[in-house]
Amino acid sequence: MQRNDSRESAREIVVPGDLLADRSMKAGPGTYVENGNIYASLLGIKSIRSNTIGVVPLSGQYVPIRGDMVIGKIVDMGASNWLVDIKAPHPSPLHVNEVPWRVEFGETGRFMTVGDLVLLKVVGVDELGRVQISMKEHGLRKLAGGVVFDVAPAKVPRVIGRSGSMIQIMKNLTGCRIHVGQNGRIWIDGDLDNILRAVEAIKLIEKEAHSRGLTEKIKSLLDHSPSKGE
Amino acid sequence: MSKDVMADLKRDHIVKLLSKGIRVDGRKFDEMRPINIEKNYIKSAEGSARVHLGNTDVIVGVKMIVGQPFPDTPNKGVLTTNAELIPLASETFESGPPGRPAIELARVVDRGIREGQAVDMEKLCIEAEKEVWIMFVDIHIIDYDGNLFDAANMAAIAALKNAVVPAKRADKGEDFPLPVAHEPISVTAVKIGEHILVDPTYDEEIVADARLTVAANENGNLCAMQKGGEGSFSVDEVLQVVDLSRRLGAEVRSKT
Repeated sequence: MQRNDSRESAREIVVPGDLLADRSMKAGPGTYVENGNIYASLLGIKSIRSNTIGVVPLSGQYVPIRGDMVIGKIVDMGASNWLVDIKAPHPSPLHVNEVPWRVEFGETGRFMTVGDLVLLKVVGVDELGRVQISMKEHGLRKLAGGVVFDVAPAKVPRVIGRSGSMIQIMKNLTGCRIHVGQNGRIWIDGDLDNILRAVEAIKLIEKEAHSRGLTEKIKSLLDHSPSKGE
Repeated sequence: MSKDVMADLKRDHIVKLLSKGIRVDGRKFDEMRPINIEKNYIKSAEGSARVHLGNTDVIVGVKMIVGQPFPDTPNKGVLTTNAELIPLASETFESGPPGRPAIELARVVDRGIREGQAVDMEKLCIEAEKEVWIMFVDIHIIDYDGNLFDAANMAAIAALKNAVVPAKRADKGEDFPLPVAHEPISVTAVKIGEHILVDPTYDEEIVADARLTVAANENGNLCAMQKGGEGSFSVDEVLQVVDLSRRLGAEVRSKT
């Protein structure tokens, strides 16, 4: 923990165009290469992992990447597809072939309708940024009950924590079911008091995403919430 | 204006919380969001103010020029109020000529100032039937999170209060402060199910059945009203909103 902190204190904020490294390192996300040198393409924090240098953005829109689990909102319906808002720059159609049910032509509305929330996976992104999404995987489904709200997509990694540690703490201490979409949409279900505590915790994470000792803060917040009982 | 589809379960959650007496952001039903008013925000305007009402962010500027009065009010100045909902403020706003919501916003703010007799228009007359001051109140929305009416109204009143008539510039004598006679402040409430909530956020506005804006001046006299939405208010509910408007309006007025 201590060692971790001292490394975090060396965090450096870079702006687009800042020189990050020469050709001795590998260019990671949030960078571009010109004349063999690596430059930042985003406003964010410089991050070095082994031999790769990248930039973790401070803010910004959600950019879909293949394999992302996201929470989408149905905004329109066609005869053989639904139009889903996953907060990406482009609208994302969900074709009937990509859902776990057999849907006859023109019967899309019997399964999901405008205003429904769905757990989805991004299965492909082409060079123009158009996305292909699917519900055909274990655990992907229509969401019912609970509450949904948005956080900045750049803060999602903090909400999830290192290999899911943060989200696990919240699940354990509130007893809620929580899904965090990579697009910054979060769904929580449980009893009302616990939902409100979980929402409060996530709002705190979003506000203090770049501060240290966040895990401890969240733990004490949830431990000391009055509704936790014994 | 493209409409935002709201997730059904978000709507259900808001309604469920209300039935337990809680609002999504933890406020009381009759509690406004934190208000922050920066006066004289734009130096090139005759008067201006920037208002933060929670996450809603509005700038109002007042500009004045010399022009002709209307024939039916030959000895009174002219008031023109304008609002535009630019895409910068919200993903649901489209560029182009002002749509229905923008026109309604401008008209409600205009009505508050005009019918509340905020400005003594006769003092804006230079020469009857020939020359009067024409006053432009321009509303700019920087960020939209519900309740533009009240944010724009308080910004407009604050802007009028620090406005100076630029007489010297127009060669009409010495500059003088804009003659503000009254301070009408509007308070907007929405009805969701059986509940009346003041100062709705964006989410609450979408869920709301009906909306009522009531403007009252510093003596508690009502000067303007606007009802929106498809639902209805009973007489008692209207009176309840009127009371809220008088009570909360006084608090807001002290900040402008």
